[in-house]
Amino acid sequence: MKKKKIRELLKKIGLYSFLLIGVIISMFPFYWMFIGATNPSGRIFSIPPNLTPGDHFFENLRNLNDTVGIWRVMFNSLSITLLFTLFSVMICSAAGYAFAKYRFKGRNAIFFTLLLAIMIPYHVTLIPLFKLMADLEWLNTYRAVILPHLSYPFAIFLMRQNMKAIPDSLLEAARVDGAGEFRIFFRVVLPTMRPALAAVAIFLFMFQWNNFLWPLVVMNSSDMYTLPVALSSLVGMSRIDYGQIMLGTTLSTLPIMIFFLMLQKQFISGILGGSVKE
Amino acid sequence: MEQSVKPKKKRKFITPKTAPYIFIAPAVLLFVIFTLYPVISSLILSFQRTTGGVTEFAGLANYIRLFNDPLFYKALSNTFIILIIQVPIMLTLAVILAVFMNSALLKMRGFFRVAFFMPAITALVAYAIIFMILLDENYGIVNYMLNLLGFDSIAWLNDPFWAKVSLIIAVTWRWTGYNMVIFLAGLQNISSSLYEAASIDGAGKIRQFFSITLPQLKPIFLFTFVLSTIGTLQLFDEPFILTGGGPNNSTLTISLYLYMNGFRYFDFNYASAIAYVLVIIIAILSWLQMKVVGDKE
Repeated sequence: MKKKKIRELLKKIGLYSFLLIGVIISMFPFYWMFIGATNPSGRIFSIPPNLTPGDHFFENLRNLNDTVGIWRVMFNSLSITLLFTLFSVMICSAAGYAFAKYRFKGRNAIFFTLLLAIMIPYHVTLIPLFKLMADLEWLNTYRAVILPHLSYPFAIFLMRQNMKAIPDSLLEAARVDGAGEFRIFFRVVLPTMRPALAAVAIFLFMFQWNNFLWPLVVMNSSDMYTLPVALSSLVGMSRIDYGQIMLGTTLSTLPIMIFFLMLQKQFISGILGGSVKE
Repeated sequence: MEQSVKPKKKRKFITPKTAPYIFIAPAVLLFVIFTLYPVISSLILSFQRTTGGVTEFAGLANYIRLFNDPLFYKALSNTFIILIIQVPIMLTLAVILAVFMNSALLKMRGFFRVAFFMPAITALVAYAIIFMILLDENYGIVNYMLNLLGFDSIAWLNDPFWAKVSLIIAVTWRWTGYNMVIFLAGLQNISSSLYEAASIDGAGKIRQFFSITLPQLKPIFLFTFVLSTIGTLQLFDEPFILTGGGPNNSTLTISLYLYMNGFRYFDFNYASAIAYVLVIIIAILSWLQMKVVGDKE
């Protein structure tokens, strides 16, 4: 009896220490980033490493604002991300609803084409899209960043999977009551789909907030930079101020971290939705 | 009273017949303009040549140039080396973590799940910068730890071999937790009666892992394998920030090479040819993986 208990205890210790080491490895870079954001550049590279917060937060913020105009950049990132999320959720859920709940000509062919697009590397569209934006004279505008990925195939796919759960009888009942198709969508379908909408919205929000390559290509004046682009411009400078950079990375990570911590259940189920089920 | 009987339906524009088309119209329209058109346009561009502002048909010239371009081969081999080493390491780690996290002995599962998942939500640019600082040859904390343990410092980002290792470490750090969550969901779908039957038959934990857990996870393996392969083949942000493709092009990836040709040398035609080779590689690999890993599924 006792032996068994000891063995169980040892197993537990092994399990927890393995996982704790994993947690330290995955969380330490974040801690390091917060430390760096509050310290002057020099102290980030001191030996032995300095692991305590400093008092340089506001100085770093001032410097960061002098070099990249951080408030403007934050405003760009936030506006682009919010507008993108709002429109993309509407467009993708409407499409997902149609694919899940209507039978119409071409449904399977169109849906299959969309699915195929998930496999196509992002980079293939990069150059023609850039040329298109240049021809339209849309470079350095919000719409150049927002429009191209609004119709996000993965989001359409997730919405369709979720919409399938709505019972047809509910829709029929609404029709018998004389509700039009639009009314049904807005008044019956969307309210019941709130958890799925939240999951997809978080997913799209994260995608756009962290998006780097496309904004890098279309935003070439510094007052239109998004956070990731502004951060990468800091790395390219001749004299790198790491205090500024660490604060910049913190500002780009912290909002998304808080957002994620609040909504992690929905987010994780959003990622898994439809993909893992057999 | 008779008034309450509904008036005869007016011929409406939005009927159950037309509604689905209206619902998909915005998505399809945007998709056609911003995805389908560029995909086709890219293919056409790859068969053209632009000299002095004049664009003309060039046949296979770009592709022939590509197959004689040592830098392209370098980028291709770098990408494949990273793929072959990184993806198996990451998926093995993810499965082990998932199995441990699924253990009945474990409490605070939610905490661990969030902690491991966190790297996957950070901006690529942000984490690449942090890794750049952690891996600094002279002042980085990683070398400091190595020195404490009695090892020599490693020129993480300045040595061709270690630069690749750095990329592999960074990508693994970011995506292991993400895959772990997918595996965890898969594990929770395996019926516990399978394990009960096995332990009655006297199969140990390790035996159970190999003869129940792994086979049952096969579809999930396929899914994560295909996703990781596609992801690795498109690796861009990390080498762009962390190493800029160097030293000596040892971390030049296909995507980075495409970007440089397109937006540094403005050779759109050549870059488009690179993009199409990437498409073909991804298509072949995805198809192969489905053949090998997942029977009929």
